[in-house]
This record gives sequence, structure tokens and C-alpha cells, in this order.
Amino acid sequence: MDFNVIIMQLFTGLSLGMLYVLLALGLSIIFGLLTVVNFAHGSMYMWGAFVGVFTVAWTGNFWAALVLAPLGVGLYGLVIERWLIRPLYGRDINYPLLLTFGLQLIMIEVVRIFFGTSDHPFSAPALLSMPLEVMGIFYFPAYRVFLIVFTAVICFVLWFFLEKTDLGLIIRAGTRDPLMVRALGIDMNLIWWLVFGIGSALAGLAGILAAPIRSVYPEMGIAMLVECFVVTVVGGMGSLPGAIVAGILLGIVSSLTTLVYPQMADIVIFLVMAVVLLVRPSGLFGKAGLLE
Amino acid sequence: MAELQSQAAHAATTPAVMSPWDKVVNLVSRYPVAFMTLFFILFPFVVPYQALATQIIIWGLFALGYNVCLGYTGMLSFGHAAYFGVGSYTLGIVLIRLWENVWFGLACATFMGGITALVLGYLCIKRRGIYFALLTLAFAQLLYFVAFQWVNLTGGDNGLRNIPAVPLALPGFSVDIHDPLRFYFFVLFFVVLALLLLQRILQSPFGRVLEAVRENDPRARSCGYETSNVRWLAFIVSGAISGLAGGLYALYLHFVGIESLYWVTSGQILMITLLGGMGSFIGPFIGAGVFLFLEDVLSAITVNWMIFLGTVFILCVLFFPDGIWGTFVKLIGRKSALKR
Repeated sequence: MDFNVIIMQLFTGLSLGMLYVLLALGLSIIFGLLTVVNFAHGSMYMWGAFVGVFTVAWTGNFWAALVLAPLGVGLYGLVIERWLIRPLYGRDINYPLLLTFGLQLIMIEVVRIFFGTSDHPFSAPALLSMPLEVMGIFYFPAYRVFLIVFTAVICFVLWFFLEKTDLGLIIRAGTRDPLMVRALGIDMNLIWWLVFGIGSALAGLAGILAAPIRSVYPEMGIAMLVECFVVTVVGGMGSLPGAIVAGILLGIVSSLTTLVYPQMADIVIFLVMAVVLLVRPSGLFGKAGLLE
Repeated sequence: MAELQSQAAHAATTPAVMSPWDKVVNLVSRYPVAFMTLFFILFPFVVPYQALATQIIIWGLFALGYNVCLGYTGMLSFGHAAYFGVGSYTLGIVLIRLWENVWFGLACATFMGGITALVLGYLCIKRRGIYFALLTLAFAQLLYFVAFQWVNLTGGDNGLRNIPAVPLALPGFSVDIHDPLRFYFFVLFFVVLALLLLQRILQSPFGRVLEAVRENDPRARSCGYETSNVRWLAFIVSGAISGLAGGLYALYLHFVGIESLYWVTSGQILMITLLGGMGSFIGPFIGAGVFLFLEDVLSAITVNWMIFLGTVFILCVLFFPDGIWGTFVKLIGRKSALKR
């Protein structure tokens, strides 16, 4: 097999992995702090893409969509947390999961009503549609390069926010012992609210970033959601480095399999998960026994 | 809890002044299977059409199996489509390729459902709580993709077609069961069988251990029970009943769609069980009845009927977490007496 092809496929895998990373980070910070498994995360990703479709149809500007999609979905997340999820705190940990499961059915139907059930073409902005040439041998699509760099920047900003700011400190403390943080006079409800919004915004961002390279249709989030669950299980739920490493790993594994044996492409990440579970049941970076 | 139960037992045994209503409630709570059988015998004559009744008891049977997991052992599975789907495909493949015998087909479906649960359960049981839900979902999706790719065996995206309509072989003669009413009673036979079996299991010491695991796992463990094995066994029983329901469903449709393995099926059975009420015999059937009836009515009005079902489900989670039957039982204030 051609060396070039392998490099190209690695690169494609990396860009897919970056989408996994964005989604798994959102899932993971929401889970780590709120102990809510957000089943609507895939639908929020899908809504991000559709906000993009809508914005580009009206303004013709991809950059406006790139700002509006995370903003819109983030605001939506704030509403959902405040009115639907907050009443469930203190009840069984499964109830928010069930609620968001019902929510995603509604979210998918709403999009079907307004946008129909078909695919929506969505192209990358002209600035990013030419290939980038490296050393005269490799041609990388500029949009994917942008996606990878942009996601890396977002990861860095998130890391900086969580590790170096006061608010980040509170969030990290809240993951360990919310009761103690509350005893220190900090309103945890506000922190939870904010974190759910941030997680949702990340899903929306992943949606708009995915729109030019994957098809945009109402069920696009379903398969993605399951894949992101696999990523978080492999990486260790609630672990941010775990989400990043596992996301990139699974993206690359999946796209290399496409090259070697396409029939297995959908299946291989589940096999990776099974192996990881047998060897390290708590995931690559997970702590054993967290919230079981 | 124990105090509550002894109170309920006390109330059930003392022949205090009882209203006729109390008497009925008492009888139903003492002989749930008998009353359900009686009800189901009359059931096909009160629904709009008999095919709906058949669907309701098949899905009710599936929910009953699912309930062994969720209601009695407290494991939230998001992958029961796997066992249902495997049961469906097994029945179809056996009837098409191996032996045109309904009994054998259904036995194989039940067996394969159980075996699949045994294998996947081994991996899923390793984690608890939310991880368990995610793992069951992921492995069910794995099976879905395998069935999707294995076109020779499963028909892939087109589904498994042309399952022969074979008559039911009984000793000495055979009966055509493809008349809707006869098929309904054929399914009912298995439903009653499953109910009796489950009642036996749940009233055995093992059934008590299941509830102990649900209520307090560390305590059950400190009493000397290997709780992960208990979970595993419950998961296998649940998978086998789901496989049987899947086999019956394939027999009913003469067709297995690839969507029977899809996670939407897992979500549907979860919604049915939660809607009806967890941890009871009657709840899953009420859930199946309400769900399928709503689907039937709403899908005639609008293609976006899922939006209404989703809303009903969310309201249920927010305000009636005990489901229809659980809320009803709470209202009449005999929670422990009618629990089973």
C-alpha cells in the first residue's frame, strides 16, 4: 500500500478524532461535575450543524455560523439544565439520563419538521476549500487542517480555564466534593448550570465543525453519540486527558480500518472498547469505582 | 421496608371490614398471574383489532424480560435490542434454513437470546451504574453493525424476508396458527408460561437476592452473595425472555427488520417499561399497551408522532417516575401488597 495513502488516512483519522474529542470533552465535563449522562449530546451536535446550515443560508457567512452554533446550543443547554435537569438532582442518577433520552427524540423530530428528513449540503468556506501542499507529496484539505488546529486551540483554552482560573478551580473542586464547595459559600447550582452550558456549547461547536466534512441530517447525532460513549468509556469517564487521548486514538483506528478492511470500520471501535474493558475496566485514564 | 411489608401482610391476612374494592385488590395482588391470564383471554375482544393485541402482549413479554434487569435487579440496560434482535434473527434463520418447526425455532431464539446475554453480560457486568448502560448500548450497536454487514445470513439492510408460515406441530396433528386470533392465543401461551416461570424465580431465594442487590449491593455482598454473578444470571434470564419475545415477533411479522437490533428498539423497551412501571408484572404490559396504542393513534395523525411520545416520556420521568401502574398502586395506598 502506498505510504502517501496511509499518511492521508492518518490525517483524516486525526480530524475525525478531533470531533470525538470535542464531543467527549463536553460529555465528560458534564458527567464529571453533574454526574449527568447527557443522552441529548448527539442531538445537540446535530442542532449545532443545523444552526450552521440555517445561518449560512441567511448570511452566507461560515464564520458567523461558527460563532452562532456553539452560542445557540450553549444557551439551549442552559435552558434545559435550569428547567428540566435541575429538578432531578438528588434523585436516582439514572433519571437525568432517561430525561435527556426523551429530549433527544423530541429534538430530532423538531428538526425533521422544520428541515425535512433529507441531507443538507454544506460546504467549507472558500478560504479553506483548497488543499494544502506539504513537501510536494502530501495534499491535505485545508478545512481539515483548520479543524484540527482550531480544536487543539479549544482544548488548550479549556485546559487553561480549568487549571489556571479561579472558576476552573471551583469546578475542579466541585468534581471532587460538591458538598464541601457549597460549605465554603459557593453556589454550586450556578456552577453546574454554567458547566452544562459549556458542555452543550462544545457539542454545538463540534456540530458546525463537522458539517462540511460529514453529511448533515436529523439522525447524524445518533451514531456519533454512541461513538462518543465508546470514547469516554475507553478514556475513562470524567477524565479530560482520557477524552482527548481516546478520541484521537479511536478516530485514527477507525479511519485506518476503513483503509484496510472497510466492512469492519463501524465495528472496530467497539472491539477496542471490549479489549480496553477486559484489560483496564476503568478506562485508560479513569479512576476505578467513580460513581458506580 | 421490612416493617412496611409486615404491615401489608398483616393488612392482607386480617379479615377486617373490607370494602368490595379492597377484596378485589387483595385477590389481584395474591394471584396476579391468574388475573392477568383471565384479562388477556378477554383482551383481544376489546381492542380495535386483534393484531394490536398480539403486538401488545409480545412487547409486554419483552418488557417483562427487560424488567428482570431494570425493575428487579436495578440494572439500566440500553442494549436489549441485541437479545430481542438475536431472537428474531435466530427464529427466521432456523425456519428458513434448518427445520420448519415453530417449537424448535422459538426454543433456539430463547436459547440464543440467553447465550448472547451470557457473552455480552460478562463484559457489561464488569462495570456498574451508568457505565453499564453505556456498555450495553455499545455492544448492542456492535451486533447491529455485524448484522448489517453479514448480508448472506441476515439480509443486511433489507432485513430477513420470507420466513415461512409453517403450521404448528402438536403431537398427532398440526394447527394453522396464522389466523390472527389463533396466533394471539399461541403467543399468550408463552406469555403465561413466562409469567409463571418468573413468578417462581422471583419468589425463590434467588429472587430475594436480586432485590437485595438492587436495594443495597455492598450489604448483599457482605451477606456472602457474589453479587456480580447474581447480576449476570439475572441478565441472562432477561436476555432469554427477550429472545423469546423477539422470536415471537419475527413469527408474527414473517420478517426481521435490521431495526430490531437498532438502539431505538432498546430505547423503546425502556420507555415502555418506565411508562408502565418498573418492578411489577402488570406494569410492562400496561406500558406496552399504552405505548403501542398511542403509536397507533398518533402515527395515523402525524408522521412526527415521536415528538408526542418523547414529551409523554419526559413528563413521566419528571412527575411519575413510578409509571402508570406504580402511580396507581401508590394512589390506592397498597404499594407493598400489589408490588408483585
